[in-house]
Parts: sequence; C-alpha cells; structure tokens
Amino acid sequence: MCGLAGIFDFAGRARPSEHDLRPMIAQLRHRGPDGDGFYVQDRIGLAHARLSIIDLAGGAQPIRNETGSVWVVFNGEIFNYIELREALQAKGHRFYTSSDTEVLVHLYEEEGEAFVHRLNGQFAIALWDAETRKLLLIRDRPGILPLYYTERDGRICFGSEVKSLLPALGRAPELDPVSLDQLMTFWSTVGEQTVFKGIKQVLPGQMLVVTEGGVQRKTYWDWSFPETEDGYRDAPVEQLADELHELLVDATKIRLRSDVPVGAYLSGGLDSSILVSIIRRFGDAKLHTFSIGFADTDLDESSFQREMVAQLGTEHSEVRCTNEEIAEQFPQTIWASESPMLRTAPVPMKLLSGLAHRSNYRVVLTGEGADEVFGGYDLFKEAKIRQFWSRNPQSRMRPALLKRLYPYLDLSKAQGLVYLQNFFGIGLDQPDAPHFSHMPRWDTTARTKDFLAAEYREASDERALAALMESLPQSLPRWHAFNRAQYMEAKSLMAGYLLSSQGDRMLMANSVEGRFPYLDHRVIEFANRLHPKLKMKALTEKYLLKRAFGRYLPSRILARPKQPYRAPDIAAFFGSRTPEYVQELLSPTTLRRYGYFDAEKVRRLLEKIRAGRTIGFKDNMTFVAILSTQVWHHLFVEKIKENLNTDASRPTPTYRTALRS
Amino acid sequence: MSIEAKIRQFILDNYLFSSDQSLLANNDSFLQKGIIDSTGILEVIQFLTDEFGVEVQDSEMVPENLDSVSNLVAFVARKSGVREASNA
Repeated sequence: MCGLAGIFDFAGRARPSEHDLRPMIAQLRHRGPDGDGFYVQDRIGLAHARLSIIDLAGGAQPIRNETGSVWVVFNGEIFNYIELREALQAKGHRFYTSSDTEVLVHLYEEEGEAFVHRLNGQFAIALWDAETRKLLLIRDRPGILPLYYTERDGRICFGSEVKSLLPALGRAPELDPVSLDQLMTFWSTVGEQTVFKGIKQVLPGQMLVVTEGGVQRKTYWDWSFPETEDGYRDAPVEQLADELHELLVDATKIRLRSDVPVGAYLSGGLDSSILVSIIRRFGDAKLHTFSIGFADTDLDESSFQREMVAQLGTEHSEVRCTNEEIAEQFPQTIWASESPMLRTAPVPMKLLSGLAHRSNYRVVLTGEGADEVFGGYDLFKEAKIRQFWSRNPQSRMRPALLKRLYPYLDLSKAQGLVYLQNFFGIGLDQPDAPHFSHMPRWDTTARTKDFLAAEYREASDERALAALMESLPQSLPRWHAFNRAQYMEAKSLMAGYLLSSQGDRMLMANSVEGRFPYLDHRVIEFANRLHPKLKMKALTEKYLLKRAFGRYLPSRILARPKQPYRAPDIAAFFGSRTPEYVQELLSPTTLRRYGYFDAEKVRRLLEKIRAGRTIGFKDNMTFVAILSTQVWHHLFVEKIKENLNTDASRPTPTYRTALRS
Repeated sequence: MSIEAKIRQFILDNYLFSSDQSLLANNDSFLQKGIIDSTGILEVIQFLTDEFGVEVQDSEMVPENLDSVSNLVAFVARKSGVREASNA
C-alpha cells in the first residue's frame, strides 16, 4: 500500500531538502518496506516508501508526467486504472510504467482538480503541479487511507501517519484536551483535529489545495441521501437485488486486480461470508482466508468460520487470541494506531494482519463497511424502535421491542427490561435531533470522562456536541431518520475508528493492504438511494443484501443474529498476571505525572477490578480509555525521542524497549 | 456498619469511585443520575447476595427495589425480614 510524506514551503522561507524528508519517511517503513523514493525541486519535497503490489518492477514513486510538470506520490490503489489508462493513451498520453499511479498525473493534466471524480479506489494523494505551483492533498471518499498535515513557519508538512510529521514538529508532541474529550464521547475526534495538538487530518472526501496564498479545503464527495420520498429508487425489489448483485460482484472483481496473491478476512458473519462467496464464484484464483478465534466462547465465531471454509474450500488460517497476547501487544497497537481507544478490539486485528503477512499475503479483502452502507448495526434497529416509541412515550408495549435486540445480554430477560428502557429512553423527547440515533451510545461513552482530572474535564459534552453539529451537511435535517443515523455512523465511528485505529493502522503495521468492496463509492451511492425499508425491513437488517446474495450462504449463517466483533477488555489484563507496564502506567505516581486522570478514582477502579466486581460496559470502556491514553503519552510524549525511527532496520518500539531506553 | 452505610459505601466505591459522601443522596435515582448503567445493575445484585445473602428474583429486578440507596435499604430489610420470619 505504501506511505508518503512531503513538505511544501509555500511562504518561500526555507526550501525543503532530502535531508528534511529522510527522517519523515523513515517513520513509515512498515507501510513501505520495499524501498524509498524522493523528489525535491524548488519549494516542494515529496517522499515515498513503497510496498510493491502492482507493477513490481517499474512502479517506483514519485511518478511524473511526460514533461515533468506534474509529480505525484500516492498511497493506495486505483482499481479502475486499466480503463483510465486505455482512455488516456487513446488521447495521446505516453506512459513509462505500467503502475496505477501513473494514471493520476495524466488524468490530472486532462481534467485538473476534477480528476478525482474519475477515480475508483482508496487513496491518499499528494500531487504537485509545478506550473501553477500548487499542491493537492487528497483523501479517498469513505476515509480508508489516512493523510495528516501540519502547518508551521510557512511550510506545510504532510504524511501518511502522524509519526512521519513528528520529526518536522520541532517540539515534543502534546495531547489536545478537546480531542480527547471528543474521543471519549464519540469514539473518534471531530473534524480535522487529531489527538496531537497542531496536527490535522485531511478529511475523507476532501482535498486540500495549497498554493503560495495558503490552504483551501474542498469537499469533492460526501455521503448524501434523498430529501424527499421520491428521491429513492422506485423499482421492483427483484430488479434492485439484481443490480446490487452485479455491482458488488464488479466491485469485488476489480479489487482482485493485483500482481501478488489476494487473500480475504473471514469473520463468520454475513458480510465477509458473502464477500468470500463472491470471490470463490467470480474470481479465478485460489483463495486463502484468515480468521480470528477467541478462547472465550462468547466472543468466538470459529464454528461459523469453519462452516464457510468447508463450503467454499478455501485454504484457511486462524489466529487464536489469548488474553495474555492482547495485554502484551497493547502498547505496540497504540504505537500503530497513534490514538487512545475505548476497546482492545484493534489488537486482534493486528495479530490477524501478522498472520496474513507470515503467510506471504500482502493484500486482503474485507467485509468492513457493509453495516454502514446497508444498515446492519443494532444501533439502527435501536434507533428505529426508539423513534417508534417516541411517538407514544407512555406505551409499555413499544419499548418491549428492545428485548428482541439484545438476546446475548442476560439483562434482556424478564424485568431487566426496565433498565434497557431507561437506557434507551434517552432523548425520546427530541426524536428529530440529528444525533437521536446515537444519544444512548454517546451518553454512556461520555461517562468515561468522569475519570478525567479536573482541568481536562472542563471541555464539556456540550462543546464536543457543538463541534460535531457544525460538521454536519445542511441537508441532513431533511433526510430520513434512518439515513441520518447512517451518516453519523459513517462519519464518526467508521471513518474515525473502524477504518483507522482498527483498520488501516492494524493492517499496515504488518505491511498488509486491506481492500473494501462494500465501500466502493458506486456501491455506497447505489445503497444511499435505497429506501430505508429495503435496508431494515421491520427489524430484519441488511434486507436487500440478503435478498441479493442469501442464496450463496448456508442457512445457519444467513439466519444467525448479528454478533458484534469484540475482544476481551479488562479481562485481558487481569487474568493469570498483570503486565508490569500496566502497573507502572496506572500507578498513582505516573497518573499524577501525566496529569490526565484523577489518580484516586483510578485507584478505586483498579480495586474494583481486582476484586472481580467489574461487569459493566462502562468500566471496561473506562479502563481501556485510561490505559490507552497512558500508553499513548508514554510512547508519543515521554519517550518520543527514543521511539522515532532513525534507523531503517530498527523494529517497532515496544513498551519494554522504550521503557529501558 | 448499618445496612445503609454498607450500601452507600458500595455505591460510592464502585460507581462514583470516591469517598465523598456528599456525592450521593439516599433518594438519588441511580439510573437518572447515570450512576449505574444497565449492565452495572448486575453487579449490585451480586453485592446484595454476597453481602446480605439476599437472592434477587427476576420479578424483583425493578427500580422500586433497586434504583436508590433508600430503595435498596428497604428491599434488603424486607427480604431479610421475610427470611427471619420464615425461619422462626
């Protein structure tokens, strides 16, 4: 997939040199272990670390056009590059490689900034137009590939991960309290800001146009839904199912284009099972599937995975995650994700990409995104029931529907219902609020902030929410409530957490590229025109997707209730033994030195954990939030000098090596 | 320690993570104040069993019994009273 970095000296004060770029790109070795490339000219410096997937021999970057007036470094894949290339050649463009990257410079020559609309893919692009002295920084539509930047002293520095910017920062990194507050409410930061003070991200679907006059932000794509009923597709359901079938098969097939073998993640759920079935039926290569298994039977989905493997005859490998491994790998996971987190769920994803890497796979297809695009999450059901209930808040029958939602919670039985009602009853008085669907989740998550030290607690919930509201599109209030929930989910949890902390970073930590057929923009745009009743029919989720592909699946997988992917949280750290680093980073001394959390409250939480009295979601989330923030500070603030890579052969820092140095 | 003091301490230690008595009034609703979430209530039930030997039936898992210090105190007293009466 690769990593990119660069500097544009737009104020003309200090021209970039390869000497400036080398320490930046050196932090991205895991993304691109197959060699570096540089381009430095005048006020621009571009650097690239390469993971070879297409045109293994000739695809080295930066890549230029015929005259050398356009240069590009690029991380990702353009899946329709074959079609684009043919069209460009027909117009007389001469290619010097067979890579997908080269279509970018020629397409830009033809169409200018609008060229991005023609790309089907996942990408972070830095394109330099030497004639107009203009830099474009572009990120793909749903936010699969990352791209960060920081402005300082008339320079804009950019890179695939935050760590590539740290050598250029000129000071020790600092945690941004407002972003921490947002993360501990919404699971992700809001807008461009990251948890690193002064470091921003190019948002999904946006492009930054940087000239000597400064930085301009443009949104070239966003999730968009009909504002009236007649905006939805009005075709027989069979026809829509056929169209979806054709589209998703094509989205999958173009993602099998590669000069190296392509594998697939298989969770045992509906989405990955459909995906693997498509690859087996419509792809021509043999297929290797990869899965996560847990010792805890509540979390484990192996029996479903094996059923799919048996039916499809894939070569299959599984990583069995133990509590000890999760605890041990947690610091390296934070180093890779560059962010505090509320769950340990990214850790097994990192172990899984490690398995793919060891099996000599550089590319895997995953089912991520289907729940957002086709309406699969329980949160969408929950919102639908709450909406229905809000029209008659006194009803005792309506909230009883909630029991259907959580069969895996003991609480759903009998009179425990009253507690569910109370929890989900939040916001019933404002069913038209843009974030109605997410109120219960955010309300619960925000309670983790009770543990913040007094000075960090000042950033209030209202402020976090106000920032989020500001980022919403103007037409959103006119969308169907179901679509509003989808939008919130796609922009907050999916882009800000699932595709980043749990996605790209966990894949790239082991030099593995993920590809996401459900997030092909044609699939998203098709789905956004489907009436919500075709996504959630009564309380059947992903109705049209099941209708289109159900015939390929064993009935047991088609009928199983959706199981959210989870990993052991507190349990991972307090089993047979607690790792030393957990004790050190959660000691009152360290907590006070870092200053983020109330040391006395944390002490009581640990006491409760050791007494075995923690069951609730809240305690689990709180614990992981605190530990991950402490690890983050240790790795990115306290030990940053030791941890930044100065030697290409040096391995990723672990807590232990970092602690010793 | 009285039943009330034990219950107060349990709630303060495990949900408010504090020893500041002023944070908790005996009539505060755990649910409305966000002190205990929907899964947290299972911990309370475990505590009632461990500390007071009170077994909570499904039908008794209602806010009238469990949703404030006062309600818990009354519930424990009632359940213990019932048991003592039946032992007699």
